[in-house]
Amino acid sequence: MALINLSKREIHCKIVYYGSGRCGKTTNLLYIYNAMNNKARGKMLTIETKGERTLFFDLLPLNLGKINGFDIRIQLYTVPGQTIYKATRKLVLKGVDGLVFVADYLKVRHEKNIESLQDLRRNLLEHNLTLEEIPTVLQFNKCDMVPTPIPTLTREELEIDLNRELNTKIFEAAATKGIGVFETLKEISKRTVHYVATKHLLT
Amino acid sequence: MADLVLTTSILEETRIQIENTLIKAGVNTVLLIDEAGNIVVACGHKTDNLDTISLAALAAANFGATSQIAKLIGEDDFALLFHKGEKDSIHVARIGTDLILVTIFGDNVSLGLIRLRVAQLAKSIEKTFGQK
Ligand SMILES: Nc1nc2c(ncn2[C@@H]2O[C@H](COP(=O)(O)OP(=O)(O)OP(=O)(O)O)[C@@H](O)[C@H]2O)c(=O)[nH]1
Ligand SMILES: [Mg+2]
Repeated sequence: MALINLSKREIHCKIVYYGSGRCGKTTNLLYIYNAMNNKARGKMLTIETKGERTLFFDLLPLNLGKINGFDIRIQLYTVPGQTIYKATRKLVLKGVDGLVFVADYLKVRHEKNIESLQDLRRNLLEHNLTLEEIPTVLQFNKCDMVPTPIPTLTREELEIDLNRELNTKIFEAAATKGIGVFETLKEISKRTVHYVATKHLLT
Repeated sequence: MADLVLTTSILEETRIQIENTLIKAGVNTVLLIDEAGNIVVACGHKTDNLDTISLAALAAANFGATSQIAKLIGEDDFALLFHKGEKDSIHVARIGTDLILVTIFGDNVSLGLIRLRVAQLAKSIEKTFGQK
């Protein structure tokens, strides 16, 4: 749920990075946090277990400047990808305005990518939402692994698995190196703000 | 869950209600937040050196998690969510369906008074938001 403060002329939106365990969601936020200057970013909050796996969520608040005279405040969240944390993922999705689905290029994650997208659809339904109405982009992460000997999926395989029904924009990424990270963020922010602004006739 | 559109009059009215019921009773900080963790109104004299954004996100998440725990043991919701610290304590209550009120207070204020005032405030805030 977006929050529109007409008194301060602010729009607050929530964008959630979703995807299977270890696909690189937290890495996306960390890269954004380190690359942005202090004025544009807030404090990064992470709730993780000992071994760097997200336990509850990460949160990175961003200030993206003005659009049509409104200050745009975005809260980036990640979910915990591990299968057992389904209930927690559902909680984090509460009030979502935009989604980045992060998929993993590693071949061993083939099934996990598909399962995670199904899990996302189910969890959205429990909030009476569908993937078709919420602005969503796809990120195919760890593309730096493709030229290595470690088995990876092809882009075509990922598209067939994940984008046949969704039919949205895809970003290739290597989040550890920052490749594709800001491209993904820019597109999802643009779509989310546009979606919220047109819904409330602010444009 | 519908988006929240807040006008100046709704915000001002809510702020005055919070000031009159809780801040005047000696409460340090009050945050009215939505279930997504956004801050609707922040009141009190300690909000400047407090990381309110993180606090709101964690309080909303904690509240959601606690509601789920309630459901697991067959309760609708817990009537009271309260964390007691050495100096400061925190009281969390649902307001209507979409809002959460977070009250932070020291040992100069009793929990009984907070509960009473929050119950009154819940009604008036619901009314303010219902009228928009
Ligand atoms: N080679 C490579 N490794 C990556 C990339 N992105 C993330 N990783 C690594 O993958 C591992 C998991 O990354 P995280 O960002 O913690 O994954 P996550 O999606 O947050 O995982 P959960 O919190 O369990 O859901 C880390 O060791 C990262 O360094 C990438 O683009 N390329
Ligand atoms: Mg993580």
